[in-house]
Amino acid sequence: MMNRRNLLVAAALALGLTGPVLADGHEPLKVGFIYVGPVGDFGWSYEHDQGRLAVEEHFGDKVETTFLESVPEGPDAERAIRQMAQSGHDLIFTTSFGYMNPTLKVAEQFPDVKFEHATGFKRADNVSTYSGRFYEGRTVLGHIAGKMTESNVIGYIASFPIPEVVRGINSAYLAAKAVNPEVEFKIVWVNTWFDPAKEADAANALIEQGADVIMQHTDSPAAMTIAEEKGIYAFGQASDMKQFGPNARLSSIIDNWAPYYIDRVQAVMDGTWESKDTWDGIAPGMTEIGEFSDKIPADVRAEAQAIADAIAAGEMHSFTGPVNKQDGTPWLAAGETADDGTLLGMNFYVEGIEGTLPN
Amino acid sequence: MLTLEPRTGNTHLLQTLTPVLAVAITMLAGAALFASLGKDPVEAIRIIFLDPLLDPYSRSELLVKAAPLALIAIGLSFGFRAGIWNIGAEGQFIIGALTGGATALAFYDISGVWLLPLMAIAGALGGFAWAMIPAILKTRWGANEILVSLMLVYVAELLLSALVSGPLRDPDGFNFPESRQFHDSATLPILLAGTRAHIGILITLGISVAAYVALHRHVFGYHIKLMGSAPRAASFAGVSTTTMTAACLGLSGALAGLAGLFEAAGPVGQLVPSLPAGYGFTAIIVAFLGRLDPLGIVLASLVVALTYIGGETAQFTLQIPAAAISVFQGMLLFFLLAVDVLARFRVKYMRRAQ
Repeated sequence: MMNRRNLLVAAALALGLTGPVLADGHEPLKVGFIYVGPVGDFGWSYEHDQGRLAVEEHFGDKVETTFLESVPEGPDAERAIRQMAQSGHDLIFTTSFGYMNPTLKVAEQFPDVKFEHATGFKRADNVSTYSGRFYEGRTVLGHIAGKMTESNVIGYIASFPIPEVVRGINSAYLAAKAVNPEVEFKIVWVNTWFDPAKEADAANALIEQGADVIMQHTDSPAAMTIAEEKGIYAFGQASDMKQFGPNARLSSIIDNWAPYYIDRVQAVMDGTWESKDTWDGIAPGMTEIGEFSDKIPADVRAEAQAIADAIAAGEMHSFTGPVNKQDGTPWLAAGETADDGTLLGMNFYVEGIEGTLPN
Repeated sequence: MLTLEPRTGNTHLLQTLTPVLAVAITMLAGAALFASLGKDPVEAIRIIFLDPLLDPYSRSELLVKAAPLALIAIGLSFGFRAGIWNIGAEGQFIIGALTGGATALAFYDISGVWLLPLMAIAGALGGFAWAMIPAILKTRWGANEILVSLMLVYVAELLLSALVSGPLRDPDGFNFPESRQFHDSATLPILLAGTRAHIGILITLGISVAAYVALHRHVFGYHIKLMGSAPRAASFAGVSTTTMTAACLGLSGALAGLAGLFEAAGPVGQLVPSLPAGYGFTAIIVAFLGRLDPLGIVLASLVVALTYIGGETAQFTLQIPAAAISVFQGMLLFFLLAVDVLARFRVKYMRRAQ
C-alpha cells in the first residue's frame, strides 16, 4: 500500500499535478471539493465554492484547492471522490446528501485522507458531517412571508421529501401562521436540486394558484427571476440572489460555509482534526439572514431581526409547542421544544399544512 | 444552392472509418474549445484520452462505466437495425434495477448463491415487461414507440423515487429516500480487489459475443436486417412485424433491465433516486458510434466511457468547467452524424435555375 501511494505521489509530481514545495519544505495542504451543481448555480454549490475561495484567501500558498462540479449523486460520485483521494488530497469536502455512502466507501480505502460530508448522518474515523440549521432562517423568512402576503397564499418550491426540506417547510409555516392565521401553503415537489426550467415552471404554477410570495428549497435563482417578472415577492435560497430580483427579493437565507471550512483546514494543518458532527445555525453564522428589503415595513423588519436575534441567543426555538402533527396527533406540548433527533428524521407536516407528503 | 447527392461506388470502407474520423475531428474541435478557455489543449486531450488508460484504477473504472453502456446499446442496436426505435432504455434500466433490487431487499435476512441469479432474472424481466408496454401499444393500436418508451422513462424515475421514499425505504435511514444497502450475497462479486470492476462486465462481454453470433450467423439477425432494409420483402418472406417488434423491444428492455440491476447490485449497492445516470440515453449514441454492431458497440462504449472518466480528471487537474466537458461529449455525436452524412452523400453546389 505504501509503495503504491509513493508511486502515485511520484507520478503526480512528474505530471506536475502537485503545487510547489514551500520554503519550509512542506507541501501545501491539498483540499478538494465535490459539488452537485455547477459553481455558477448562484445557490447551494456557489456558496460552497465561496467557502473554498475563502480558504484560499485565508491560507494563501499554504493550501491548494481543487473542485469537481456537477457530479451526479449516482454511481459516478464514488469515482469522482476516489479520484480526488487518489491524487494526493489531504481533506475532501463532499457537499451533497447523495454522496454519503460513496464518501464512506472511499474513506474506508483511504484512511489517511480526511473527509467532510455535508448534510449526512453517517460518520467514520476519517469522515465528519456538517450542516446548517437552515430551519432557523426559515422561521425568520416565514414571519416576513406571513406579514407580506396579501392573497394569503405562499408558494413553496421543494426539492426532495427529505427531513431537511420537510423541516424547512414546517418551520416556515409555523412562523407564517403565527402572524397570519389565514395563511395557506401551496407546495410543489420538483424532485431535483438544480433544474432552472423545472423551478421556473413550479414558480409559474404557484403564481397561477394565487401565491404572491414564493419560498424555495432548490438551488437556482429561476424562481426569483419569475417573481421579479410577475411583480411578486420571493426569498434568496442558499445564496443572496439579490441581482436576480432587485424588487422581488425580500430577504434570504445565506449558507456561509467559510468559517467552518477555514476551521477544518486549520485543524488538519495542526493535526487536531477529528471526526465530529456539526449542525450550526444563526448564532455561529453558518446560517445567515440576508439584508432585509426596503419593501418590508420597518416594524416587520424589526420583528424579523428580533426573531433572528432571539434564535441566535438561544431564547427562542423554531419548533416550540403547542404543535400538532398534520393528522392532529399532539407532537409538542405547550412550551416544549423539538429535540434534534426528531428534527433530523422529520417526515411529517405540522397541523394546518394541506396535501400529503410524498411518501 | 447546396444539395446532397448520394455517393456512388463502394462506400463500405468509408463508412467503417467514419467513427474513427469523428473521434479525430472531435479531438481537434475539443482542443480548440479548451484553448479558447485558456487551457493547454494538448494537455487536456492527453488527460482525457490517454491518462485514464495509464492508471490501473482508471482502467477498471473504464470497464465499470462502459459495461452498462455496451449492454444497453447492444439491445438497442437490434431494434434500430429493424427500424424499431426504443428511446426509453433509461426507463427499462430503472425498472430492472427496481425489480432486481426489490428482490434483494425481499431476501434481506437470507443469503445464498441463488440470490444473485434470481435478482438478475428479476431485473431482466422487469426491463422486459416495461418495454412490453410500448410493444403492445404499437402492435395493437399503432402507438408511436418512440414517444411511449420515452414518456415511460419519467414514469419509471418517479416510481423509483416513490418506492425508495416509501415501501423500500431504509428503516434506519432517518427517512432519507434510499433503500438499505444490499448485503454481501446480493452484491456482485468483484473481479479485481480494490476496484469496482464486477462480474457484470464479464457477462456483458459474453452477451456481446452471443449478440454478434445472433446478428451475423442466425436467422433472427437476418430477419432483423431484412426488416430494416426491405420491410415489404420481409413480410413476403414471412417475417411477422408484430413478433419482430415485440422481440426487439423485449430484448432491448431485458438487457437494459439487466444493466440496471448490475448497476444497483454493483457500484451502487442499494436503491437510490439518483441511480439512473443517463446510461439509457448515452447508449443510443454508443449504438450508433458502434455502427449497430455488437463488437463495434463494445469499442464505442469504451471510447465514450473514456471521455467521461478523462473528462472528470481534466475537470479537477485543469479546472475545465463541467459544461465544457459536456460540450465536448456532445461534439462527438454531432461530428459522427455529420461525417456519416458526408460519407454517404457528396455536397454539390448548384446554381439556382433562373
